[in-house]
Amino acid sequence: MAEKHEETLEMEEDTQKGKFLTFSIGKEVYAIEIKFVTEIIGIQPITEVPELPAYVKGIINLRGKIIPVMDVRLRFKKKPMEYNDRTCIIVVEVKGISIGLIVDNVSEVLSIADDDIVPPPDMNKGTENKYIKAIGKVEKEVKLILDCEKLMNDNDVEAISQIA
Amino acid sequence: MNGSLEKDPMLELFVFETLELISQLENIALNSEEANTIESQINEVFRIVHTIKSSAAMMNFENIASLSHSMEDVFYYIRENHPENVDYSALADIVLRSTDFIKNEVNQIQTGNNPNRDASAIVQEINEFLSFLKNENGLSNKNTSLSKKENNEVYGATGENRFKALIFFEDDCQMENIRAFNVLHNLEKAADIISYSPKDIIENQGSAEVIRKSGFDIEFSTDLCIDDVKTILSDTIFLKDLKLETISTAEIIKADHSSKEKSDSNGENSKSTIKQSMISVNVSKLDRLMDLVGELVISQAMVIQNPELEGLALNSFNKASSQLQKVTNELQDAVMSIRMVPLSVTFQKMHRIVRDMGKRLNKEVKLEIIGEETEVDKNIIEHLSDPLIHLARNAVDHGIEPAQERANKGKPTAGKITLEARNEGGDVWIIVRDDGKGLDRKSILQKARQRGILNKPENELTDREIYSYIFLPGFSTNEEVTEFSGRGVGMDVVNKNIEEIGGTVQIDSSPGIGTTISIKIPLTLAIMDGMKVRVGKSIYIIPITSIKESFKVQESTVIRDEANNSEMIMIRGDCCPVLRLHEFFKVKPDTTNLEEGIIVVVENESTVMCLFADELMGVQQVVVKALPRYIKKVNGISGCTVMGNGSVSLIIDVSGLINSS
Repeated sequence: MAEKHEETLEMEEDTQKGKFLTFSIGKEVYAIEIKFVTEIIGIQPITEVPELPAYVKGIINLRGKIIPVMDVRLRFKKKPMEYNDRTCIIVVEVKGISIGLIVDNVSEVLSIADDDIVPPPDMNKGTENKYIKAIGKVEKEVKLILDCEKLMNDNDVEAISQIA
Repeated sequence: MNGSLEKDPMLELFVFETLELISQLENIALNSEEANTIESQINEVFRIVHTIKSSAAMMNFENIASLSHSMEDVFYYIRENHPENVDYSALADIVLRSTDFIKNEVNQIQTGNNPNRDASAIVQEINEFLSFLKNENGLSNKNTSLSKKENNEVYGATGENRFKALIFFEDDCQMENIRAFNVLHNLEKAADIISYSPKDIIENQGSAEVIRKSGFDIEFSTDLCIDDVKTILSDTIFLKDLKLETISTAEIIKADHSSKEKSDSNGENSKSTIKQSMISVNVSKLDRLMDLVGELVISQAMVIQNPELEGLALNSFNKASSQLQKVTNELQDAVMSIRMVPLSVTFQKMHRIVRDMGKRLNKEVKLEIIGEETEVDKNIIEHLSDPLIHLARNAVDHGIEPAQERANKGKPTAGKITLEARNEGGDVWIIVRDDGKGLDRKSILQKARQRGILNKPENELTDREIYSYIFLPGFSTNEEVTEFSGRGVGMDVVNKNIEEIGGTVQIDSSPGIGTTISIKIPLTLAIMDGMKVRVGKSIYIIPITSIKESFKVQESTVIRDEANNSEMIMIRGDCCPVLRLHEFFKVKPDTTNLEEGIIVVVENESTVMCLFADELMGVQQVVVKALPRYIKKVNGISGCTVMGNGSVSLIIDVSGLINSS
């Protein structure tokens, strides 16, 4: 029984391996590993919660489950933009915590071979840079692969909650 | 809870099962002590001990296994030999000590530590108890046959001699009880022992004290003459004084009669513990189920009230949809009821506490339990256990007087504590009542005066208001700090815990008659009555229990303190600070004019505050959900809830709001 379960797990990992969901914010295209993604929903009414950093917009009701939503735009210190009907919330689950990522729009699911993934260039440390885990080359374009864990578990949040 | 535990379902099951079995075992032990027999439940006990033993052995917890093995030995003996002379109080003591040990070990396991405390001390004790049991019952069996014979002899008037000996040991010889046992042992060879007192010489260390004071009393019969007996007894080490006398036959007959009566009265009250068939389910699964049901209700509303259906004649649709509504309502009730747990487990625990406290304080206390089948939400039960323990302890320690004092007052010597639970509307009342001396109104008042916490003229205070001072932290009228109480912490904890679950505590007391403490708690934490208030576009929920009143304010009653930038409102002569919700939560309101909005007066721990919002939206029952873990703690917010239209509202934490402003 347990063996079988493990097998299916492995299979799942396999089919998910090398697949990335891409989305855009402004002109840049970002990618996250598909294994983190639970689902994609349209923008919803968000309930504001006080005392949170500006990029955590509040909480939403996902079929009875309350999850926080984060505006990736603000997270990357870009200018805020009005939400429209192309705005999407990507629900990701990292280490058992679900969170919604608000992005300008979702593009597609891509396969990127291991060989085409390279570490990020060691540029001067920008704020945006630290969330980028690797860079994927697809044909002539470049996709920035995000580190989901860092995106969520940043010291910022803790620091702020400590002040409060 | 714990990482390692989550990973090992076998271990989790072991912990759960063992704790369950142990609490059953404790109950049976306490029942057997009260009923003075274990006969009717011996098979159940045997099954429990055996299960603990085998599962502990399987999980490789040797100390638990060996301990339960020796317990099993005792019960095996009782089951097979039906001994007549069993000190059930001592048996209960030993069983409880063993269960405590196992509980401790299981807790260790739960926290991920390796349980390896040494059980040999308890095992030793159990074995001693068992050998003593065997010894004594071997004796008593002989005795009963003998005393029958003797009865005949009395009528037949043959001359076997019966003696009564009173033995005193030398001062400071220590361990009088063990020495007394030795005397018995020596005497056994030459005589048949009929009775001795104190009876519990081996298992009760306190008996040494009794022997020291009033001597060791033995009654026995023998063929030897008085002088021979004297020599045997004089051989005892550390003997200080020996009184030996012959008993007349008339006395024997009387004694026999009374002992018969005693044995008749036993054995009729055997309590059966309630047995239920259950499965255990992870609470998170239930939460998920409840979420889904909530979602179902919302989706149903979306279908039935779909705007596209407007203006259509839909007879059969309406019929079907009302049927659907009925089913979903029932489903909701059913899911809620899954979370409801009877109070019996929590109440049964009190038996143990009252018994232990009573024994240690040397007070005779009976515990009566009423309405233990009353059901309360699982989360609430967890918060109830501590307060009830405190209250039960207080009742035994402060409430119930020593037996002598009670007798002087013309009360029955045994104190009585009543634990009662009952449903009343959407609330559950839990009442702890004792028939002790009651609260000392005068000394509470005096203490309150000393601490300067009287906020009204003394003659205007009601009794309840005075009694409620004992809930204040650090408030104790007890002069000396004892092992159990006097530090003034207990009642404070009671009040805090109860308030945390949205309950209230009331005290009634009459001097000399007793104290009644009534706790009112909501049926469930998961659902509560809330007042919806709107600030700009946001809707917040204020728990109804903390709202005192709400009104439109007139500018004339508002006092402004420009220097501190604070506002206050006069309410019937009292000054209340104003907290503008839009400022606290940093949202955009419709109005900042106090006269245009609404004032909601909230209270927490007798601190009153006025909350300013745009408008009231009405009362609603809401399903309380925790904020997502990612967000951590937010001041002034205790949780959130999903409204009928699917949007999320925040629930205001009144105590947090008051404390942080």
